[in-house]
Amino acid sequence: MSTDTTEAPTALPPIKRRNAELVLILLAVVLTMTALALSGLNLNGRVPSAMWTYGLIFAAMSLAMHVALRFIAPYADPLILPCALFLNGIGVAMIWRLDAADSGEIEHAGVGMQLIWAAVGMGLAIALLFFLREPRVLQRYTYLSALVAIILIALPMIPGLGISVYGARRWIGFGPFSVQPSEFAKIALVIFLSSYLVTKRQVLSLAAKEIKVGRFKIFDLPRPRDFMPMVVGWVVAIGLLVITKDLGTSLLLFGTFLGMLYVATQRSSWVAIGLTVFLLAATLAMQIFWHFQQRVDIWFNAFDQEVYDRVGGSGQLVDGQIAMAYGGMFGTGLGGGQAHNIFAADSDFILVSLAEELGLTGLMAILVVFFILVERAMRIALASKELFIKMLASGIGFVMCFQVFVVLGGITRIIPLTGMTTPFLAAGGSALMASWLMIGLLLRMSDNARRPAPQAIQDEGATQVISR
Amino acid sequence: MKMNTSIRRLSVFAMILFGALMAQLTYIQGFRAEAIMDSPLNRRQYTERLTEQRGPIEIAGESVAFSEDVSGEDESARYQRVYTGGSLYTPIIGSFRPFGASGIEATHNALLDGSDERLAVRNFRDMITGREPEGARVQLTVDPAVQQAAFDGMRAGGHTGAAVAIDPQTGAVLATVSNPSYDPNDVVSITDTQTAVTNFVNMENDASQPLLNRAFNERYPPGSTFKLVTAAAAIEYLDATPDSEQDAPDVLSLGVDLPNATPGGTCDDDGDGLDTLAHSIQISCNTSMANWAIDIGGDNLSEQATAFGFNSPEDDPLEVPMGVTPSLAPAEQDRNTLGRTGIGQGNVEATPLQMAMVAAGIANGGEVMYPYLVDTVMDADLSVVTETQPEVYSEAVSASTAEMLTEMMVLVTTSPGGSGTNAAISGMEVAGKTGTAETGSDLGTHNWFIGFAPADDPQIAVAVVIEHGGGSGGSLAAPIARQMMEAVVL
Repeated sequence: MSTDTTEAPTALPPIKRRNAELVLILLAVVLTMTALALSGLNLNGRVPSAMWTYGLIFAAMSLAMHVALRFIAPYADPLILPCALFLNGIGVAMIWRLDAADSGEIEHAGVGMQLIWAAVGMGLAIALLFFLREPRVLQRYTYLSALVAIILIALPMIPGLGISVYGARRWIGFGPFSVQPSEFAKIALVIFLSSYLVTKRQVLSLAAKEIKVGRFKIFDLPRPRDFMPMVVGWVVAIGLLVITKDLGTSLLLFGTFLGMLYVATQRSSWVAIGLTVFLLAATLAMQIFWHFQQRVDIWFNAFDQEVYDRVGGSGQLVDGQIAMAYGGMFGTGLGGGQAHNIFAADSDFILVSLAEELGLTGLMAILVVFFILVERAMRIALASKELFIKMLASGIGFVMCFQVFVVLGGITRIIPLTGMTTPFLAAGGSALMASWLMIGLLLRMSDNARRPAPQAIQDEGATQVISR
Repeated sequence: MKMNTSIRRLSVFAMILFGALMAQLTYIQGFRAEAIMDSPLNRRQYTERLTEQRGPIEIAGESVAFSEDVSGEDESARYQRVYTGGSLYTPIIGSFRPFGASGIEATHNALLDGSDERLAVRNFRDMITGREPEGARVQLTVDPAVQQAAFDGMRAGGHTGAAVAIDPQTGAVLATVSNPSYDPNDVVSITDTQTAVTNFVNMENDASQPLLNRAFNERYPPGSTFKLVTAAAAIEYLDATPDSEQDAPDVLSLGVDLPNATPGGTCDDDGDGLDTLAHSIQISCNTSMANWAIDIGGDNLSEQATAFGFNSPEDDPLEVPMGVTPSLAPAEQDRNTLGRTGIGQGNVEATPLQMAMVAAGIANGGEVMYPYLVDTVMDADLSVVTETQPEVYSEAVSASTAEMLTEMMVLVTTSPGGSGTNAAISGMEVAGKTGTAETGSDLGTHNWFIGFAPADDPQIAVAVVIEHGGGSGGSLAAPIARQMMEAVVL
C-alpha cells in the first residue's frame, strides 16, 4: 500500500495580482469609513470624527498588511486579504455605531479595543507569514497540536479559571481580560486532524467492510479497531457539551472533525455514523440536562409568551427576529435601527444588528464575502500539492463556514441558538486574533501553491558560445 | 479516489450551508417580516407609540380620550393615553393598549397618530417648520346625556346586555352601551405595562366577556320586536292595514304547540277567533303574527328583513366604522319554522344595532339611514379632514307603511293593554315594541324594547336588550329605553 503524501494539484496561475488586491483593499477601507460616516449622520446629523480617527487607523493597518504581503508572500491569493479586511472593517464600524447608541454620546463612543485586537491579529498573521515559510512543518507536531487543542478546550472547565456566562462555560479569566480559548482550540484541532488523518487515511478509507443488499453496496462499515479516532472525537465533543454546556463550540468542533474526516477518507459512512451518534448523545443530553431542554424549547416555541418572559428564555432570539423583520429588504440604514437594545448586539448578535440596518440586501452581501473567503480556502486546498496542506486549507475554510452557519443558523432558528462569535465581525479579541491567524495560514499556503516552481538550469536555453 | 474530489464535495456542502442561511434570511426578512412585526411580543410598536402625540377623541366638544406627556424634566416626551369617561364610552372608543387597540382607537388609528395620507401635506409642513407633529382629532356623534342614561340604566339593574340609540333622520349613533364593560385606563398604563397587560389578559379569559361589544357584535333572537318586520311585510306584500284580521287561536300548532304570552293566553278580544294587526302588535300576539308570517311566505319575509339591514353579506359588512356582525333572517320554507320566524324566534338573530335600525327606519318614513359614529375628523389646526354626510342605507318600507307601523307602535306604549307602557313619556306619543325572546336554555329570556320618540317627529330611535333578564321586555328594557329617549326629547 502506497503512502504517498502528495497529489497532482489543480494548478493556479503564477500571477501576483497585488495591484488588484490594493484596489479591493481601498474599496474595503472606503466602505468602512462610509459606514462610520453614515452611522454618525443618522445618529446626530454630523459626520463623526470617528470616521477620520478610526477610519484612518484602519486604513493604515490595511495598507501595512498589503505592503507586508508584497514582500513576504507576493504570490498570495489577492482576494483573501480584501475580504477579511472588509468584514473586519464593517464589524468595527458596527461596533462603534452600537457603542454610540449605548453611551448616548457620540463623541464618547469608542471601538479602540476592537482595533487594537485587529492590529494584534494582523501582526500575528504577518509574523506567521514571515516565520512559517513552509506550513508542512506543522505536520511534525501531530500530537503536540492535539495536546494544545485538548488543553485549550479543557481550560474553561477548570474550577476557578473558567467563567460561566449565561449557562455556558466558554471563557477563562486573566485579571481584567477574559479569553475564549475554544477560538484557538479550533485552529490547533484543524492542524492536528490534518496531520493525523493524512497518515491514517489509507487505513481508515480502504480497510472497510462492505454491507451489501444482493449485489448492491449500500454502506461501508469501518473495521471496529479503526473506530478509535472517531470514539475519541466523540468523547471530547460530548464531554465538552456536558461539562461546559457549550453546545455551539461542541457542534463546531465535532462538525469540523466530521468534515475533515470526510475529506481524508472520502467515506460518507464516517460522516453518517458520526452524525448519528452525536445526535443520539445530544438527544440524551437534552433528556437529562435542563439547560438543553431550555435551548430546544426556545428554538421551537420562541414566540410563546411564557417562553419569552422566562429568565434566559427566548427574549434575545425573538428580539433578534423582530429586528431582522424591521430591517426588511433594504434595512433601516446604519444608525437607524434599534438593535442595540438586544443583548449581545455587538458580539453574538452582531449579524442581527447588521441585518436590521443593512437589510436583507446588506446581509446577503456580507454572506457572499464570507462565502468567497471559504471558497478561496477550498481553492487553495485544490491547488496545493501536499495532502497535509490540502487538509489544512480545506479544514480552515470549513471551520469558518461552519462557524457562520452555527451563529446565523441559531439566530434564524435553523438550529438551536447557541452562543458563538461571528468571525471578523463580532467584538472580542480571542475571536479576532484566531480569525487573523487563520488568514495568515491561508495566505501562506496560497503563496506557496501559486509561486512558480524554480526553473531547472537546463531549461535556460540553448548552449551558448562563450568565446570565439 | 483523489482527495480533490472530496474537497470539491466539501465546498459544495459549504455552499449548501450558505444557501440555507440565505433562504432562511429571505424567508424572515422578506416574507415573514410583516407577521413578525405584528407579533404581540414586538415591544417596538409600543416604544414607537410612546413618542407620538396622538390626537384626541371628542364627544360633544369634550375630549374623552387624549394623550398626556408624563415624562419627567429633561426626558424625551412619553405620552400616556387618558380616558376621562372611565368605562362610559368603552364600547365606542375602545382602548389604545401597548400591544393592541380596539374601537375608534383602532379604526381611526392612522388619523389619530398622524400617519394617514390625508394628513401628509400637514405633516410635511410640520417637518419644514420644525413643529412637533400631532395626530388628528376625531369627533363623535355620541350624545353624552343619552349615553349616560343608557349606561346608568344598565348598571343600576346590574344587567348584562346592550343599548343603542340612533338619530333616525341622519343615522348618527347617539349612544352605544354594552355591559359588563371595562375602564380603558386599567389596560393602557405605560408606566406599569405589566399590570395593564395582566388586566387585559384576565378580561380576555373572563366568562362575562367584558371585551365584547354586545351592541354591534353579539346576536340575540329578537323575539317579538321582530313582529314589526312581519307587520311591515304584511302591509307591503299583502296590502294589509292595521285593521286587517288574522286567525289568532290561543294555541297554534307549529310542530310544537305555540301558545300566546299575553295575559290570559288569548289575543282575541271579541270571541270571533280573529285579531286585528294593530291589536296583535299592541299586546304582542304570537299566533296571529305567526299566521301572518306563513301567509307572507319565507322569501318575502326574509326580503323585508334584508331591506331593514338583515342578511348583510359577509364580505361587505356594515361598518360604523367598527365592523358590525351581520344579523340573520334566512328565507324559511318550512311552515313551522316560518311561523316562529314571524315572532322573532327560529333562526332569526339580530344585533341590538340592527333592531335600532328597524325602529329608526320606521321613524324616518321608511328610509333606513346608514349608521355612523364619527362626525368629523379635524387636524390639529381645526381644519376639517373628513366630515360624514348622512347616507340612505335602504328604502325599507313606503312612507304610508311606516305611518301605519308608527300608529300601531304608539298603541304599544298606551294603556290599556299595551305591552310597553313603561316606555311612555308624559306629554308626547312614544312608538315602541317589546320583545321577550326564548333562548332555548335555562338562563331565562332575553328582554327587548325598541322604539322612537316623539312618534310624530322622531328625534331618537333606541334598542335595548337585557341578556337573560328572565322578565319581560316591558318590565326590564322599556324603562331604560324611556330614560334614553327622555334625554333627547324632554
